[in-house]
Amino acid sequence: MDFNDTPEEAKFRKESSEWLKENFEKFDNEKSSSDKSAKSSAEPSKTSQDESKALELAKKWQTIKYDAGWACLHWPKDYGGRDATPIERVIWSQEESKYSIPGGFFEIGQGMAGPVMMMYATEEQKKEHLPPMAKGEKIWCQLFSEPGAGSDLAGIKTKAELDGDTWTINGQKVWTSGAHYSDWGILVTRSDFDAPKHKGLTYFFLDMKSPGIEIRPIKQINGGANFNEVYFTDVKIPDSQRLGDVGDGWRVALTTLMNERLAVGDASGVDFKEIFELAKENDFYGEPAVKNSAVREKLADWYCEYSGLKNTKMRRISALSKGETPGPEASITKIVSANKLQDIANFGMDILDQAGINSEGNLKYHGSLLGAPLIRIAGGTDEILRNIIAEQVLGMPQDVRLDKNVPFNEIPTGEKSN
Amino acid sequence: MNFEFSDEQIAMKDEVRKLLDKENSLKRNRTILEGEEKFDKELWDSLVAMGLTAVTIPEEFGGIGMGYLELCVIAEELGRAIAPVPYSSSVYLATTAILNCANDEIKKEFLPKLASGEIIGTFAHAESSGFPLEKSINCNFSSGKISGTKAAVPDADIADFAIVSAKNSAGVGLYLIDLNDESVEISSLDTFDPSRSHGNIDIKDASARELISDGWLEIEKILDQSAVLFSFEQIGGAEAAMNMAKDYAQGRYAFGRSIASFQAIKHKIADMYISLQLARSNCYFGAWALSNEASELPTAAATARVSATKAFYECSKENIQTHGGMGATWEFDCHLFYRRSRLLASNIGSQGVWKEKLISSIEKSNLQI
Repeated sequence: MDFNDTPEEAKFRKESSEWLKENFEKFDNEKSSSDKSAKSSAEPSKTSQDESKALELAKKWQTIKYDAGWACLHWPKDYGGRDATPIERVIWSQEESKYSIPGGFFEIGQGMAGPVMMMYATEEQKKEHLPPMAKGEKIWCQLFSEPGAGSDLAGIKTKAELDGDTWTINGQKVWTSGAHYSDWGILVTRSDFDAPKHKGLTYFFLDMKSPGIEIRPIKQINGGANFNEVYFTDVKIPDSQRLGDVGDGWRVALTTLMNERLAVGDASGVDFKEIFELAKENDFYGEPAVKNSAVREKLADWYCEYSGLKNTKMRRISALSKGETPGPEASITKIVSANKLQDIANFGMDILDQAGINSEGNLKYHGSLLGAPLIRIAGGTDEILRNIIAEQVLGMPQDVRLDKNVPFNEIPTGEKSN
Repeated sequence: MNFEFSDEQIAMKDEVRKLLDKENSLKRNRTILEGEEKFDKELWDSLVAMGLTAVTIPEEFGGIGMGYLELCVIAEELGRAIAPVPYSSSVYLATTAILNCANDEIKKEFLPKLASGEIIGTFAHAESSGFPLEKSINCNFSSGKISGTKAAVPDADIADFAIVSAKNSAGVGLYLIDLNDESVEISSLDTFDPSRSHGNIDIKDASARELISDGWLEIEKILDQSAVLFSFEQIGGAEAAMNMAKDYAQGRYAFGRSIASFQAIKHKIADMYISLQLARSNCYFGAWALSNEASELPTAAATARVSATKAFYECSKENIQTHGGMGATWEFDCHLFYRRSRLLASNIGSQGVWKEKLISSIEKSNLQI
């Protein structure tokens, strides 16, 4: 066992870090002071001005990377990537994470839409859409969830009707991150209401500026408004923008979701280091909180989770380094980190006691405490992730489904009929 | 980087597993649990024949001179098999203590016999309830003799010798005593997990050979090293208990379907998996720190130990729960894992002790984590 790079890895790391050092410093110096206060989209932006500032910066940096061949490293060169190996991609992100990089806008496109386009789009479409996606010039969103279909995604009702070569879309999507600044979207619809639930779906990509799309922001409990409701009224999509066969949209959606789960990593926010420092700095019953045995016991538990996730990531990287497919253990990451985040933020507020109510100076804890519920739900709830571990990792059977093989329009919805 | 065991180490793990499967280790655990024997001599002899007691002992002392990574994979398999043998006492603890602290004369005399399985050793540290601190050690060494008592010592009534902690004019040291000495009295105990024997040791002016006189730091180090190995044993047991729960749930039908299709059961087993994976990853880091004699060892060992203890407790108790009433019968094997999980959680210091060690070591390391 060792944590050393192979000679090839070391060479790649050196190349990455040298490029980053030179170019990020240049980029950082050119930013105006107002730019520097811009937040990444991971933090709730208080105003839409903050957000557009952050977006502009993120696009600028992404373009610099793209032009030098450092965007979407693992993609083929033809589509704007670098043909890099999985371990090279890991090394790059380790090096890039040493800098405070503006970002948070491209993940859905590059992490989810991109791979699906690569599998299902025509060569011409790939050449047209993938490079601008890699460059950050075009932002993509994912139009999946609906008011009546979240964890049970296949229950969507947004209707797609074909007339000649054109589809007409009517319905509503919800929880669409970044719809308000997106140029393109991937969309799952129902094209057959008489077929069983999973068999009547059809998948598209579409221009978010198409007539008939209305986007309404949803204000979240943390004050941010990154999610949206998206309404479709007679929106037209050419059949050429269908991905996969008519009625085979569930298979395409599953490909997307698998990529989503790989993309969702650690929940960002307060972690062990922050709570450990906080416990040293604040008193509890006349002594530093860190000296209190009840506090120490909690710290030990969180350290074990913090370290367990870090070392789980190392196991994954080790497998990639050997050219192997990583095991399923990374499936625990989001569920553990999101719950840890919530509990640490809550305990931080306990350590701060009455004064912690004041937002000034304590935003880190307030933000994490209000952000954690979102993370526990987005990209697969804790409960869905437990199902996935049980079914896909441990091979346990699926829950009994009452809606299997029943025509979609005969499945009970709980809605009162008129 | 390479954060995995080597192909050779994995092959060795497979061999040990095959042997323990062939020997039907669970049945052997039950035989010892229910019978009068203190340990499974036949199984022990098979492990010895495979060379497993010689792993960390250098060739010059009759061993095979492999490292601690090999010991980690063996420990995991012994844990999975809840083997009723004195391996942890003799190999993780007594052998390590001699390797770390003894002079060449003692090494020459004891290591070849430990390697060949001719003798069994143990480590006697705790004296009463509560984890021993330097100031609380009452066993006393002077003029080549030890007096005092050691409580609930694993394998005290099996081992030929013990490495004993005792105070002296310089501090607390480590001493080797012959357990067959007339001035040493051993009383076997009824214990929570009778598949592993324990005894109180009463020492009255017994001759003792000194390994180290001012040895508190060495004692801490031996505990850290063995904690990594105990942790591997614990994740082996935890994984076996998880798989047992999963297999039973899949075959058990209620309400017209396999109970493994109920989310209440699936989520319970997913939680076992989560706690096991966190522990396993921490154990790997512990293995790295142990085999590289890294300065991170105290933190890495405590992290592995705390998470592995938690994982084995969770998996073994929820395994009983998943089995329903049958899980609580003597006849089913669930309680063998439950008992072993509690035993391993008590050996070398309980959860509170290791959590405290963990936070202290992080404080000392100045958060270089």
